[in-house]
Amino acid sequence: MRIAPTLRPWIAFGLFAALCYALRDQAGWIVKYPTPWVIPLEAWLNVAMDWFVAHFQTIFRGISWAMEWPMTGIQATLHWLPWPVTIAIFTAIAHRAGGWKLAAFTLGSLLYMLITGYWFESMNTLALVGVSVPLSVAIGFGLGILSFRSNWAWRIVDPMLDLMQTVPAFAYLIPILLLFGFGPVVGLIASAIYAAPPMVRNTMLGLQRVPSDIRESGLMSGCTPRQSFWWVEVPTALPQILVGVNQTTMAALSMVIIAAIIGGFGDIGWEVLSTMRKAQFGQSLLAGIVIAIMAMIMDRVTRGLTDRERNLAESHTDSSFQRHRHLIVGGGAAVAFLVLAHVVAPLKSYPESWIVHNAVADWLNHGIDWFVANYSAVTDGLKNSANFFVLLPLRIGLLKAVYPKFWGFAMTPEIAAAYWIGMVALAAWCFWRGRQVLGIIIAIAAPTLFWGLEGMPWPVFIGLVGLVAYLAGGLLTTVFVVASFGFMLVNGLWAETMRSVYLCGAAVLLCFLIGGALGVWAAGNDRVSAAMRPINDTLQTMPQFVILIPVLMFFAVGEFSALLAVIIYAIVPPIRYVEHGLRNVRPDVVEAAKQIGCTDRQILFDVKLPLALPVIMLGLNQTIMYGLAMLVIAALVGTKGLGQAVYLALGKANAGMGLVAGLSIALVAMSADRILQAWSRRKRKALGL
Amino acid sequence: MTDRSQAEADFSDVPVTERPVKLSCRNIWKVYGTDPGKFFETAQYGRNGAVPNPDAHVDKIRAQEHIVAAGDVSFDVHAGEIFIIMGLSGSGKSTMVRCLSRLVEPTAGEVLLDGENLLAASETDLIDIRRHRMGMVFQNFGLMPHLTVLENVAFPLKVQGVGKVEREKRAQEMIELVGLEGREMSFPRQLSGGQQQRVGIARSLCVGPELWFLDEPFSALDPLIRRQMQDEFVRLQTMLHKTIVFITHDFLEALKLGDRICIMKDGRVVQIGTPSELVLNPADDYVAEFTEDVPLVRVIRVRDVLDPATDGLPPDAATVSPDQCLEEILPAFAGSDTGLAVVNKDGKLIGKVTAAGVVKALAHGERDGRQAVAAG
Repeated sequence: MRIAPTLRPWIAFGLFAALCYALRDQAGWIVKYPTPWVIPLEAWLNVAMDWFVAHFQTIFRGISWAMEWPMTGIQATLHWLPWPVTIAIFTAIAHRAGGWKLAAFTLGSLLYMLITGYWFESMNTLALVGVSVPLSVAIGFGLGILSFRSNWAWRIVDPMLDLMQTVPAFAYLIPILLLFGFGPVVGLIASAIYAAPPMVRNTMLGLQRVPSDIRESGLMSGCTPRQSFWWVEVPTALPQILVGVNQTTMAALSMVIIAAIIGGFGDIGWEVLSTMRKAQFGQSLLAGIVIAIMAMIMDRVTRGLTDRERNLAESHTDSSFQRHRHLIVGGGAAVAFLVLAHVVAPLKSYPESWIVHNAVADWLNHGIDWFVANYSAVTDGLKNSANFFVLLPLRIGLLKAVYPKFWGFAMTPEIAAAYWIGMVALAAWCFWRGRQVLGIIIAIAAPTLFWGLEGMPWPVFIGLVGLVAYLAGGLLTTVFVVASFGFMLVNGLWAETMRSVYLCGAAVLLCFLIGGALGVWAAGNDRVSAAMRPINDTLQTMPQFVILIPVLMFFAVGEFSALLAVIIYAIVPPIRYVEHGLRNVRPDVVEAAKQIGCTDRQILFDVKLPLALPVIMLGLNQTIMYGLAMLVIAALVGTKGLGQAVYLALGKANAGMGLVAGLSIALVAMSADRILQAWSRRKRKALGL
Repeated sequence: MTDRSQAEADFSDVPVTERPVKLSCRNIWKVYGTDPGKFFETAQYGRNGAVPNPDAHVDKIRAQEHIVAAGDVSFDVHAGEIFIIMGLSGSGKSTMVRCLSRLVEPTAGEVLLDGENLLAASETDLIDIRRHRMGMVFQNFGLMPHLTVLENVAFPLKVQGVGKVEREKRAQEMIELVGLEGREMSFPRQLSGGQQQRVGIARSLCVGPELWFLDEPFSALDPLIRRQMQDEFVRLQTMLHKTIVFITHDFLEALKLGDRICIMKDGRVVQIGTPSELVLNPADDYVAEFTEDVPLVRVIRVRDVLDPATDGLPPDAATVSPDQCLEEILPAFAGSDTGLAVVNKDGKLIGKVTAAGVVKALAHGERDGRQAVAAG
């Protein structure tokens, strides 16, 4: 029999995998990497860190001290200002950025913070954001210019950006804590690291996209290099740079909230976290809403202020009152309130007795209790079926997961034999019908489901990702991917890695099934698309923390809650990319298909989806990134795996452990990224897109 | 309103090649690759680009995997001349105009502006020259998206540090010159392509440059708009008498606008000549192919078939100007058996043109053209 050349590597891999599986009882090391083989990188890192801290701490403490000034300054100002003044200023800014609707929303939101008694905490968070955003923007802009100007700098900055965005923040919180000392500055530094990359990338992109005609016309006008840069290139690149400002602001807010985990700054993130830990979901929800509306306002305001059409229209309105009306009205109101606050006491500081916090929180708590008491059958049923029929088999395998209490039968040898016969028959049928990809997937899924990801020998897993990497991106990608997973193996984090891969994999799979279907629906229906857009926008701007609250409220701590939280957070990219990909298939191709006589279904599956595949793959990439990012946050609600390892390290201030585990997550993310990007690139080229 | 303050000296009575040389391009080379400089390092093959055997040198450079975007390009542009560089994409025409303004640094050769080598100018001198003596119009307009029409036109003056009131007054004059009054406060994206290029032209003329570079200025426009803009360009030039280097890939545009045309192919100059020279005596098959479909009566001008002898001309003969093309004078032959009197701008009789001469020129052109095509 002749074997198709594309099948040969898969057959070789299959033989290798079968050998590994066969040997798993004889050679235990093939499944469980032996502890004595682990290299003590963690300990070395701690030694290095100790040495570094001992020698350079003074410098970092100095920076920390210097950065506390602007922060405490802003904080003190915000606390000193009577609340009506602050509200007047922010509402005026919101009106300038987004008109009456945004102004009304901002006013309502600020009043909400006041009435629920979170004014103080909100102002603290605002002060943190107020320092960290300019810091991130300045760093990002500078690095962006540097990377644009010099190839050499870009080669250093590019991998750094990858790391900054994929290493979970918890991991670098530890060294920052050790260097800068305990305090709000830690949150600042962490958010500067986390929030700068979008600014760097957008600055660079904007500058690169300045058309050469415009650059040359500046030079021919006689610009000096400096004039050319500041008067021609930067203004032309500005719209893109401002996209960066928006993204950086959102990232900074998200990070400031996450940094609350260190505690002690009296900010709104801490309110959410501490009440969540005490299972006071009413309070937690009230505080979570503050974060959510804060994120929405910041997003709309930064986007509004950077909206070019709007700004141009503003700068060319006729009278100077019209042009400065926000400043005049907002400033006037602020001054009036400032004076008034000295006469009317409640305007100066909002009276405690007007706060309705506890009553609402109690009412919410009762509501949640009532719901859980009455509908626990539903929630538990959902949770248990997901756990026993999906999560557990995937993790420990059908062999162990199937037992009579839930499945109604035990995994007897007969049933196991039937399973194998069925699977082999299915795979054989696929190959016979020429559906090789499906056949390969079944051939891989069968043993994985039977013994679970935890029972999969590590050489098989590494071999599999290595092979996929080779087919997608060639030798270099393979080396990177194999080395990455090798890193986790030799550092003794294999079990944790598999745990993360499994949870993230399950979440990504579900995200793609649900999100993909929603995306297809939205692509074919404008009204659905319009209805989905604000929901997607809101989910994307929401700091990850907030998503945990409703999940915990109904499903308590556990793996299922983590899965749900990851899905909620990571479902937006598949929806968006699938819709975008399908909508942007070339219309002439679709017309041709219609003319030939394809049904809608055939057009979707035989024309649109294959052509949209490269875009959809980029969506898959994004989903994995989002999933891994959320996985770390989900460690707070009790998952095991790499996220938990980082989180534990933070608790023990173990910098080495945090860094190794954090780097592992980054490497998983980057491996997935390399493979999918390479694959999408090749596919795009093949399709001539 | 017209602005004559920036008009250059009027040489329009003097044949272009007899006017003073404004811009001279000598043995310009532009080579791209890993180390382009190495081909111009010896005494014989030096930085002045005047190599003994350019063809062989081009082959040598190409053999070493370098790209010759311009190879040994030489031409003179005379004061008040419209000099056209015509070529298809990849011919090196855009590179050449950028070498002249040093937007692209030539690998070897010399560019003389009023006898001074531009390539030796320091960065500061160069900025100064660009600020005061050169203007350039770009194919895709090159307008700053964040500036209004007025601010765009005033930009070259802003760069020089001219105060706001003065530069906007000057920009306003330029906007009126190109007929865009009323659009001063618009932004580029609110204008049509033709209007945007008018802004580009106004901006390039704002500093009153002696040298005017136009890089495919009308290529991005619709055919009808393109013709309007060409007429507009001719109108401006009869007023301003700039020294112009005009890039195009459109041979008919070149014939219509150019005093002389330089045809480029693969970085080399194929032929330089007046429109009628190119059409009547194409240097090779490549040029001949361009001229194949050209209506000769529109290209050949009275001066090309001029007979200096004025004998036998009746005193009441109809008069024509030496710059008219044959198509325009054909009707005049209907009422004349003898020939037409050719009279220059000052009313002086300089020769005659006969029906026989016209027919001979046309027949000659056709025959040559066909022969060339048949040979190709």
